[in-house]
Amino acid sequence: MAVNRLRSALAAPRKGETYELRAGLVSQYAWERKESIQKTIMSMTLGKDVSALFPDVLKNIATPDLDQKKLVYLYLMNYAKTHPDLCILAVNTFVQDSEDPNPLVRALAIRTMGCIRVDKMVDYMEEPLRKTLKDESPYVRKTAALGVAKLFDLNPSGCIENGFLETLQEMIGDSNPMVVANAVTALAEIDEAAPETKALVVTSQTLKKMMLALNECTEWGRITILTTLADYKAKDNKEAEHICERVSPQFQHVNPAVVLAAVKVVFLHMQQIENQQLHATYLKKMSPPLVTLVSSHPEVQYVALRNIDLLLQKQPGILEKEIRVFFCKYNDPSYLKLTKLEIMVRIANTSNADQLLAELKEYAMEVDMDFVRKAVRAIGQVAIKIEECAEKAVNVLLELINTKIGYVVQEVIVVIKDIFRRYPGYEGIIPTLCQCIDDLDEPNARGSLIWIVGEYAEKISNAGDILAGFVEGFSEEFTQTQLQILTAVVKLFLKKPDQSQGLVQKVLQAATAENDNPDIRDRAYVYWRLLSSDPQIAKNIVLSARPPITSTIPVMPGPLLDSLLPNLSTLASVYHKPPHTFLGHGRSSALQSAAIEEAKQNARENPIAAAAVSAAMAGGSAREIQNNAENLLDIDFDGAAPASMQKAPIAGASGLEGLGGTRQRVASPGITSPTTAQGGMEDLMGMFGNGNGAPPNPMNGGGGSDDLMNGFASMSMNGGQPPPAQSQLDGGGGDRKTKEDLLGLF
Amino acid sequence: MLSGILLFNQKGELLIMRAFRQDMRPRLADVFRIQVISNAQIRSPILTLGSTTFSHIKNENIYLVGVSKGNVNSALVFEFLYKLVALGKAYFGRFDEEAVKSNFVMVYELLDEILDFGYPQNTETETLKMYITTEGVKSERALEDSSKITMQATGALSWRRDNIKYRKNEAFVDVIEDVNLLVSASGTVLRADVNGAIEMRAYLSGTPECKFGLNDRLTLGENGADTSLGGAVGNMGGNKASKAAAGSVTLEDVSLHQCVKLSSFTNDRTISFIPPDGSFQLMTYRATENVNLPFKVHAIVNELGKSKVEYSIAIRSNYGSKLFATNVVIRIPTPLNTATTTHRASQGKAKYEPAENAIIWKIARFTGQSEFVLSAEAELSAMTNQKAWSRPPLSMQFSLLMFTSSGLLVRYLKVFEKGNYSSVKWVRYMTRAGSYEIRF
Repeated sequence: MAVNRLRSALAAPRKGETYELRAGLVSQYAWERKESIQKTIMSMTLGKDVSALFPDVLKNIATPDLDQKKLVYLYLMNYAKTHPDLCILAVNTFVQDSEDPNPLVRALAIRTMGCIRVDKMVDYMEEPLRKTLKDESPYVRKTAALGVAKLFDLNPSGCIENGFLETLQEMIGDSNPMVVANAVTALAEIDEAAPETKALVVTSQTLKKMMLALNECTEWGRITILTTLADYKAKDNKEAEHICERVSPQFQHVNPAVVLAAVKVVFLHMQQIENQQLHATYLKKMSPPLVTLVSSHPEVQYVALRNIDLLLQKQPGILEKEIRVFFCKYNDPSYLKLTKLEIMVRIANTSNADQLLAELKEYAMEVDMDFVRKAVRAIGQVAIKIEECAEKAVNVLLELINTKIGYVVQEVIVVIKDIFRRYPGYEGIIPTLCQCIDDLDEPNARGSLIWIVGEYAEKISNAGDILAGFVEGFSEEFTQTQLQILTAVVKLFLKKPDQSQGLVQKVLQAATAENDNPDIRDRAYVYWRLLSSDPQIAKNIVLSARPPITSTIPVMPGPLLDSLLPNLSTLASVYHKPPHTFLGHGRSSALQSAAIEEAKQNARENPIAAAAVSAAMAGGSAREIQNNAENLLDIDFDGAAPASMQKAPIAGASGLEGLGGTRQRVASPGITSPTTAQGGMEDLMGMFGNGNGAPPNPMNGGGGSDDLMNGFASMSMNGGQPPPAQSQLDGGGGDRKTKEDLLGLF
Repeated sequence: MLSGILLFNQKGELLIMRAFRQDMRPRLADVFRIQVISNAQIRSPILTLGSTTFSHIKNENIYLVGVSKGNVNSALVFEFLYKLVALGKAYFGRFDEEAVKSNFVMVYELLDEILDFGYPQNTETETLKMYITTEGVKSERALEDSSKITMQATGALSWRRDNIKYRKNEAFVDVIEDVNLLVSASGTVLRADVNGAIEMRAYLSGTPECKFGLNDRLTLGENGADTSLGGAVGNMGGNKASKAAAGSVTLEDVSLHQCVKLSSFTNDRTISFIPPDGSFQLMTYRATENVNLPFKVHAIVNELGKSKVEYSIAIRSNYGSKLFATNVVIRIPTPLNTATTTHRASQGKAKYEPAENAIIWKIARFTGQSEFVLSAEAELSAMTNQKAWSRPPLSMQFSLLMFTSSGLLVRYLKVFEKGNYSSVKWVRYMTRAGSYEIRF
């Protein structure tokens, strides 16, 4: 109280909002106090600091009015940290409330206590928690069950010593389905935070109980139980069958999240069932609910579509007949349209290809640039996937060229290049392509066209003139295009040596003497030497037959796919990346999980000590780890930033580079590295290494990462000649921006 | 799980911020505002920064954001946010900035009840309304009632309270179908399907056990022959010909309210349930076969040079002449550089809406078996860089009573109750336009 008087004497102004609120809070009229509490909460929401009112609000805690109590509790939860000492005053009320005859009040008290994260409160929480866990009302019990999870977060060792985990485990057998669901939830949470406690071990006993609760509890409870079931490894074939049989009725649930969770359980446990017929049955059963998900709210639909994409890669047949439902609506948000395109290409087959091509052509006429490009690309993917419709697809592409819309034409050229690589016999359209040379301004499109000219030089009468035009402006081209020009001219020379001697010398000169990009110089020197030694050897190397491509549809590597399937319906399934690649530090970071793993190793036989270690890690000493993590995070984060703007990486490795002869270097990053930035970085490293023995990478520590980023950006500018590769620059700039924001965040 | 919930208005002002875990810091609200609300480039509803993920939806003029750490279940987060919107609507009529601002205490109270430690709890409107009320539960009353309330909030029948009594026992069934159509420029139907929902309002005493029957082909055709797994849900294969009983409907997929016993549905496709009190959605379904399209649209659009577009749109209604559709709105897109339009409609009113780049043709009452025509011309202003017009599809809105596109009928609704009272049932059908698009 002395503190209080002192404060009112020194700090609190006699006027102003806080003063008024305080006056209201200590008013003699109940309604006025309540109103003031409401106003206080309002100010709190608006971001004003009303923590100074803590003692006055606290005085209102003992009230029979449930509404007012809730408001005071809400205030307490927010500001307990600022007045840890004063919280003690509230403890008494909490303990009293937790024995109130009204179950709503009991539940409220125990729920709020767990949210007041003050050490002193923790000590007082154990007794009420023990009582409420055995409460007669299921409503209180289910709240107390989550209370254990809250306590564990604050004080793991205390939680274990008091035997709360065992109580929770018993509660899986509770008669009330909601209590069961919350007990499972709490155990799953504890198990994730500290695996060494082995909090949630599913046995055949608990399995039975969860199955029983599954049909009766709320939709959210069902999701919890289903997620736990999905993580469970069935003992044998029979058990897996049993699980699938019991879970599959949930496909009919109205909540899409439940449906997805059920699909996940059945899909994972199905792998264990030996009966192939049963397999087919379940796959068949799965497809109508999956299709139904496509008519849910757009955001939910997005999650569902990304998951369907994953499922399709594992089981390509499940939605064969349903291609129409994935047709884009004109008003669909673009994130849906792009995902739908990917799925449509995946389920394309001979019977629906015609329909799909007609649809894709429609899309290619729309206005959204990204969508149009992707639609054009999809036409190519379908053509390459299904031989029967290749001709039709080429005709569609030619029609699109006639639209003369810049970005459409460019994308078409890139796509046609791939079609040439797959099917022979379309050389007839080359003249049409060559007409639009002047419209091409993207390196990828220019490169593609140049490759086509070089590849079919013998069939194009004016190939020499076309290439001569490019050689003219050689020094102004993008790196990628320069490499293509180089290769194309050499090809031309080998095919028509009499006409292009001058040209080849000119380009080699330009690439070696006037260029300081080591990649280009290297390649030029290699060609030069080849040509000057033996033309026959050069022919064998440069004009050798390449292995044909079979598909341009991006396919996820098997291990990655298998690691994503257990994550269905989670963030990882939306990003198509394993969780540790896009999550920085935090509860489930890679660093921390490694540390936990270590702790587990050290103290396997003593769970209490282990828990203490992990507690310490979550608390004070984690600071250090976190600091490290933050430093490392910069790099990590630059990789993770575009997670929501994904999809760039595959476009980066367009395969063009591979054509020229640098196949071995380019092949890896596009597929193995999870992100653009890293992929680019690897490339960059490669450049360093291949160059003039430039100093090795500066990746010495977290601090250097900023420099590295800058270096990266400027390198790409140097490397790319005057107009820098737009996409790279964008990427880099965006990354840096988000990183700055993030730094502000921490 | 969820670390917190944020509600913003359109300008990015924070309306509600509720933290459920200590990793939810106030500064995250600013991060979201900067990264999403004031960033026009953002295209995905999910944004991950560091280890924090923001999942947002928009409703009316507010953003609802779920903040989470770790690899959260995204489907659950979005579903929960939509559930929150539904709850808000049930409580305040609509869920927009105004409603949130004037009921913010209530919103906090609701959030407190439906989320605990970031895990969703009971979100059934009817149940919540029992103990979270606008007047506030008085403690004295609570004493006697709340044990009952809490039993119900957690019980196996969490959606229905005991001892409901009505003088007149009634049940209303509304079959509402949204028909989706996509027609290509050449007139072929690319996609036609129906998303149907059966809404029920039950005012029934006691604990009634209801059985619901539809003219579902699988139920009708099933004579105990094929009840194995393969014969169940949505599986259209096999002996279809033998089951082609006249007037039956093939339902592609069915989702049922949680009160329906899913296991008995899987076994023999009976829909039996103990309904919640009041209104709820019993089931939703999808049908793709034999969709009856209520309107046939014939559109001729000619671009005459660069200065004019000519439209001739004919719409024919394809249902019984005694029925009539109401609120028929046809949206006919015009090029972006349209200067003026002239139009002549044989029925209803047409108006050019420059803001929407479309001619909006409204027909208040569209009787069956009739055809109306609109001819129009759009004058285009000259533009320096002439880009081809993307020709977005023509779209339609309508609602049509006593008609189902899928042909679905309610065959019976039986109510069994201990009291053995007689009950009155009402059935109503309606077909609306879902996304009814015609390309030209």
